[in-house]
Amino acid sequence: MQLTGNLFAQLGAELGHEISTLPDFPAEIRAPQGTLGGVSGFQVELGAEVYTPGDKADVIVAMNAAALKVCTLGGNFTRQGGLFNDDDALYHRHAIVIVDTDSLTAKDLEKAQFKTDNPFAELQIPESVQVIPVALTTLTKEALKDSGMDNKAMLKSRNMFALGLVCWLFDKPMDKAIHLLEDKFKKKPALVAPNTKVMVDGYNYGQNLALSVNQIRLEESGVRNQESGHYTSIAGNKATAWGLIAAAEKAGKRLFLGSYPITPATDILHELAGRKDMNVMAVQAEDEIAAVCMAIGASFAGDLACTSTSGPGLSLKSEAIGLAVMAELPLVVIDVQRGGPSTGLPTKTEQTDLMQAIYGRNGESPAVVIAASTSANCFYYAYEACRIAMEYMTPVILLTDTYLANGTALWRIPKLEELPDIMLQKVPSKYEGQFNPARRNDAGVRYWAYPGMEGFEHRNMGLERDEYKGTISTDALNHERMVCKRGSKVFLMSFDIPQLEVIKAERPAPKSALMAGFDERARKREKTILVGWGSTEGHLRAAAKELGCDLAHFNYINPLPFNTAEVLGQYEQVIVCELNRGQFAAYLRSQCPGLNIQQYNEIQGQPFAVKRIVDEIRRNFRI
Amino acid sequence: MEASQFKSDQYVRFCPGCGDHAICMALQKAMAQIGIPTHQVAVISGIGCSSRMPHYLNTYGFNTIHGRGGAVATGVKTSHPELCVWQMSGDGDCLAIGGNHFIHEIRRNVDLNVCMFNNRIYGLTKGQYSPTSPKGFVSKSSPFGTVERPFIPAELVLGARGTFFARTLDVDMPTTVDCLVAAQQHKGCSIVECLVNCVIFNNGTHAWIADREQRAEHSIILKHGEKMIFGANNDKGLAVEIDPTTFVPRIIVVPADDPRVLVHDAHQTDPTLHRLLALMGQDRVESVEPKVESDLPIALGVIRNVEAETYDQAVNAQINEVRSKAKAKTFDELTATLEQWTM
Repeated sequence: MQLTGNLFAQLGAELGHEISTLPDFPAEIRAPQGTLGGVSGFQVELGAEVYTPGDKADVIVAMNAAALKVCTLGGNFTRQGGLFNDDDALYHRHAIVIVDTDSLTAKDLEKAQFKTDNPFAELQIPESVQVIPVALTTLTKEALKDSGMDNKAMLKSRNMFALGLVCWLFDKPMDKAIHLLEDKFKKKPALVAPNTKVMVDGYNYGQNLALSVNQIRLEESGVRNQESGHYTSIAGNKATAWGLIAAAEKAGKRLFLGSYPITPATDILHELAGRKDMNVMAVQAEDEIAAVCMAIGASFAGDLACTSTSGPGLSLKSEAIGLAVMAELPLVVIDVQRGGPSTGLPTKTEQTDLMQAIYGRNGESPAVVIAASTSANCFYYAYEACRIAMEYMTPVILLTDTYLANGTALWRIPKLEELPDIMLQKVPSKYEGQFNPARRNDAGVRYWAYPGMEGFEHRNMGLERDEYKGTISTDALNHERMVCKRGSKVFLMSFDIPQLEVIKAERPAPKSALMAGFDERARKREKTILVGWGSTEGHLRAAAKELGCDLAHFNYINPLPFNTAEVLGQYEQVIVCELNRGQFAAYLRSQCPGLNIQQYNEIQGQPFAVKRIVDEIRRNFRI
Repeated sequence: MEASQFKSDQYVRFCPGCGDHAICMALQKAMAQIGIPTHQVAVISGIGCSSRMPHYLNTYGFNTIHGRGGAVATGVKTSHPELCVWQMSGDGDCLAIGGNHFIHEIRRNVDLNVCMFNNRIYGLTKGQYSPTSPKGFVSKSSPFGTVERPFIPAELVLGARGTFFARTLDVDMPTTVDCLVAAQQHKGCSIVECLVNCVIFNNGTHAWIADREQRAEHSIILKHGEKMIFGANNDKGLAVEIDPTTFVPRIIVVPADDPRVLVHDAHQTDPTLHRLLALMGQDRVESVEPKVESDLPIALGVIRNVEAETYDQAVNAQINEVRSKAKAKTFDELTATLEQWTM
């Protein structure tokens, strides 16, 4: 299903729509097929001004009875008696539901825990939902009867029939889809012909349905508001990997990645291990600690060094990140957040590593924390993480999450020359005396001298060092000064990063000036700002627009943009919306005391749903 | 080059009488003998007494965190194979907290020179037992004696498919320098177990061979291509025999003129004999009340020294090979290969 979904999203993107996708699959590699826990889904939204993968689907393709149940009950199998309800269903009341009728046998129904032989009636799917029963399996086998393929191989192409049918439903040209398929199966050319045949048969089947189903026509030129240029669709993890590659080339450094396999970050390792053509050194280490320590070694030796992981791995790397803080070495740590604590929900999304990223080390240990907010801007923020790490000689933690990592979005492909310059902290040519690794330039940043450079031999360390000599020091006042210097280096960065800009709501002018004063809700609305950070940007933009509230969305977290308190201080209430129990809210309270900070939180392993935020905020805050 | 060129301006703060002083001097001598300029040498360490070593060497140095020196050194060498990279570590740093990195740097055969200072104690934390402390060892953290079996480092190195293992003793400067030079000359992960005395917390731990009067009788210095002869009068030799009932091979002491006396072959890829040699006399340090059945000497010198492809060379060669054939080598060329459309 993941392949079909990706192909359809890519097709949409090529045809000029904005896209946003949400793959959702179980943690098990071969979860028992046909059971409720084994349903693997892929959600895609196409059109103009797409901020999110969408709340409720217009079209659902359910490949078996379990999928039908999961889509109808939204994973909440007991709530409201196990019947269709508008809150939980993944599709709306006027949606089209395509079901493989060959996968509704008694055995299938039993596996999906149906009690009767009519799943539609049992779930009480409303009549306004247009169910299209299609014998997908039979039709696929029919399409491939002359191919000489065995039964098992034929069944694998079932998805392509569904893809063809959906292409027809959305009026997407077959020639482009065929071209995409050819590209996808480039390495397995034998699969191109049978899959194409099945897809085209699916499309033709749709044409024959034309009398009973209406096609959906989307608004094209979805990117009319965006910059012109070359576009592609890209997943967050790949975008992250490419951001690192671009930064290394821009800075004239070799890219070194130390990493250990962990869901959902592993695709970054995969991508970079395959990019030897870009001179990337990607090492699969023996554990998370080795991964970050190898990167620190490479940084000590003068490379652009990165490590990629998820929450549990970040915990293991804590001590080493502290070493990079103390040794003042550039290091990029990518944390693709997942559901926690402990092993938690490895394939689901959450924003629960924020506090760990900001504070999770021993001692006064300030590291820079930034967060990407779309799958496409993972590229930009990975690049930015590298720039900051090298310009400030500091570890930078980049937070993304499952939703961004696996989801895809439209990405405008930049040229290297368009990307910001990266100023390395080179040792000045007229450096006098013995090299002191603690000596700073005017911006409070030390110089980067590394093995191979003659005359700059020095000892770096995790021990405190003397400000003037760079050697071991346990002097009381020296320690306090050094703590402050490491802290102020990060704080001063707040003047270098973009200022916080409010995304202003478009509010209709009040019908009469006199009435405006009496509309308490409208008045409150104007004095309320939604606040978010990281991957919730799309959902919060859509929600803020719907609510008529302003929005402030953060990509820079430590340090915050210097005007944060000033901007947020103009509002009577600040509602921080995040996928955790209020970590950014707590952080904001500590950094900008005096604000009236309220919270809206969800921790369900899923991204926000726009309608849910809007409803809850209207109800709880009466705006 | 002169040993003095490798001395840093830092006052050496090991305890008076500590074996680390000797290793420090041996390192400076060995580095001078090797002759690689100071700016092309990186000395990486973890935490512990031995890990203070980089501060006393006038090279690039990095005193990192406990147990992780091996991983950091792997990063340095892999990213910059042209550098000469040393790792300073102790029995706690290397075999306890850093055990995983230790076996994997050996398995990968990263071209590092690892000095593993073995004093069978945690000194810097003031006297707790270590993974090499003999069973029954009484320390601050084992007031009733330990109940655990110790590691024999050589066994671990060979178990991890090590290509180089040497053992030396703090008070034997010439052998130490020889081992360190050989470690650098060997391409691959070279482990040098330095038996050092902790004068404060574990004084006399290596006394059985460290005492000048006993050393010749209790130890043998192995040299590649030379007969295995030892003893105060050079009257003893080592031979191997196979037990006729169990078929287990074992080392025996024979007269020096016995035709069975072995000639040391450090380059033999099969580690069987190297293991037997490295384990000689180790029964004496397994327990505080050792059941010693043989009169075998403890082997010093380079016990194993075989060639194998190094990780740092192989991974860089792979990158060069891919790059030599690649059509896209820059970011802009890479993005040009994407399926894309113009808007």
